Amino acid sequence: MRKNLWIGLVMLFLIPMFLFTVSCAQKEVKDTTEETATEPEKAPEEATEASKEVQQPTADMSEEERAILAARNMFLSEDIYFEFDKSTLDSMSQDVLSRKADWMRDNPDVVVNVEGHCDERGTNEYNLALGEKRAESAKSFLVDLGVEAYRISTVSYGEENPVDAGHNEEAWAKNRRAHFVIP
Amino acid sequence: MKIIYLVALALFITPGLCHADYDYIDINNPFLRKIPIAIPVFSSLPDSNSNKQVLKKSSNILSDALEFTAYFKILDRGAFLIDPDNPPLITPKINFNNWVSIGAELLITGGLSKKGNTIVMELRLFDTFKGKKLVGKKYEGPASDLRQMILRFCSEVIYHLTGSRGIFNSKIAFISTGSGNKEIFICDFDGSNIKQFTQNNKINLFPAWSADAKWIAYTSYLNGKPDIYIINLKDKRFNTISKKGINIAPAWAPSKFQLAATLSFSGDQEIYLLTGTGKIIKRLTRKWGSDVSPTWSPDGKKIAFVSNRAGSPQIYIKDISSGQVERLTFNGQYNTQPNWSPKGDKIAYSSLQEGRNNIFVVDIKNRQPIQLTFDSRDNESPAWSSDGSLIVFSSTREGPSRIYIMTAYGTDQRRLLFLRGEQTNPKWSPNVNNE
Repeated sequence: MRKNLWIGLVMLFLIPMFLFTVSCAQKEVKDTTEETATEPEKAPEEATEASKEVQQPTADMSEEERAILAARNMFLSEDIYFEFDKSTLDSMSQDVLSRKADWMRDNPDVVVNVEGHCDERGTNEYNLALGEKRAESAKSFLVDLGVEAYRISTVSYGEENPVDAGHNEEAWAKNRRAHFVIP
Repeated sequence: MKIIYLVALALFITPGLCHADYDYIDINNPFLRKIPIAIPVFSSLPDSNSNKQVLKKSSNILSDALEFTAYFKILDRGAFLIDPDNPPLITPKINFNNWVSIGAELLITGGLSKKGNTIVMELRLFDTFKGKKLVGKKYEGPASDLRQMILRFCSEVIYHLTGSRGIFNSKIAFISTGSGNKEIFICDFDGSNIKQFTQNNKINLFPAWSADAKWIAYTSYLNGKPDIYIINLKDKRFNTISKKGINIAPAWAPSKFQLAATLSFSGDQEIYLLTGTGKIIKRLTRKWGSDVSPTWSPDGKKIAFVSNRAGSPQIYIKDISSGQVERLTFNGQYNTQPNWSPKGDKIAYSSLQEGRNNIFVVDIKNRQPIQLTFDSRDNESPAWSSDGSLIVFSSTREGPSRIYIMTAYGTDQRRLLFLRGEQTNPKWSPNVNNE
C-alpha cells in the first residue's frame, strides 16, 4: 500500500515533467546546429545526491561519531571492480563485499542502491545488460552473507556514466565497477 | 505537407514512368561505377523572371540530394557547353551531343517561375545517349516547399533508375551529448534540419522508429532507471515499459504496432514481444544469460539478437514460429548491434577485434562476414536506410564520436553532420512522408 502511494506521488511529479519535456522539444529548438555555448546547469538533485555519498567530518564531532562516519564513507567510496565482459567477483571484490556486508549488518536501517557500470569498449546495449549483471552479482553476494535482499536495489548504467573519461586501460579498469549509494 | 502539388500533368507523363528501367544502375553492385550526371543551374520559365540566387540554390539542392545517394558523379558545371544564363530545358532545344561529349550520361534540367508566393517548377531527367526524356514532372506550391518539391523529383529519378523510392523522405534519429546529457535528436536524411527530440537532462538511448515512422521508442533514465518510452511524434501521446530491472533497446516489428525489447524483471535479461502500448504479448528468448539488441527480418518472421549464452556476445537468429535458434557470427569474441537489411539478405553489425569496433555485413545465406570499416578507430551502431542502399553509423575516426554514412558496400564514407558534443546510436527511419 505504502509503496503504491509512493509510486503515485512520484508519477504525480514525473508525468507533468515528462509532458513538458516532450511538448517543448519542438518549439525550443529551431536550429541546434548552432547550439549556444551556454552549458545547462547541472540538475540540482544531482548535487545533493553527491553530498549523500561521502561526507567530511565536522569539527564538533566526537571520536565515536567520526569513526561511524569513516565507516560509512568507506562503505560508499570503495567500489568493486570487474574484468572486461565479466560480472564474476574476484577475491579482492569478495573481501570488499564482506566488509560492506558487515557494515550493513551493523546499520540495519540503511538501504543501498548498487550501480553496475562498464567501460566504453564494447557497445551500449550489451554493456547496459552487463552492468546489471555486475550490480546483481554484488547484490547476491551480500545476500549470501546475510544481508536482507529487500535492502539492496540495483541499477545499471552500462557505459553511460564513466568515473574516468580516459580512453586507456587505466581508465577502463576504474570504470568496470559496482558502486554503492545510499539513496 | 498541407499543400497538394499538381504532380505529373498529363503532358509530362512519359512512357517509361510506371515501369522503372534498371539499365542505368546495377542493383547488385550499384556503387562500383558512378553515373556521370549533368545538372545545370535551373532557368526561369518563359514569362517569368526568377531570382538568380534561387535558381542556383534550387539546382544545388537537387545535385546535393542526388550526390548523397552515391549513385552519381555530379559533373562540374564549368565544363558545360551551354549558355549558363539560358540553358535549354526541353528535348528539341537540347543539343545532346554537347552533353555526351563532356561525358554526361544523364541530364537534369529545371525551370522555375514564381508568382506571388507560389512556385512552379518543371524538372526533367534525360538520357543523353538516347536523346530521350526519362522523367518529367511539374510541381506547384508555396515557396517554402521548394526543397520538398525538389526532393520529390529526386525520388522520381531514383525510382526510375533503381525501382526504389530512395531515402528523400527519411529521417535519422541519434543521440547527442551537446547539452551535457545524452538526448535524442532527429535530422533529415542528409543531416540537415536537426531538431532536439528529448530534453529531460537524463540519459536517453536507443531510438527506434515504428514502421510508419509515426512513433519513436527509446530507453530513458527519466525515472532513475532504464525504461522504455514509446512516443507518438505528432501528438506526443506516450506509453511506457517500466518493469523492474532494465527495459532497453526496443525494435519495432515490421508493419505492426508491436516491438521487441529486452526486459529483466524475471531475473534474467530476455527479449519480449510487446504491444506499442507496452503490454507483453510473449517472451521470445529462453536461455540463461543476456539476450539484447533485437532486430527484425523484414518479413517479421525472425529476429536477430545478441546473446552471451556461449560465453561471449555473439549474434543469433531466432525463427519466431518454430523457436529454432542458430548462431550467425563466429569470428571474434564480441559481435553486437545487429541490424537486419530491409531487403532481408544481410545483417550489419559491429565487431570488437584487436581492441577496435568495426562494422561488418554478413550475408544470411553464405554467412561470409565482410568488413566495411578499417583503420578508423571505433565504428559502431550500423543502421540501414530503408531502401538498403546506405548505412548510417557512429565513428570516432575524427576524435569525438560522430555520425557517418556509407554505402551498403562500405564505399563513400562521409560525416553526416557536425554538432557540439558526441553523437552515437543513429537509426534510420522508413521513407515515408508524415508531414
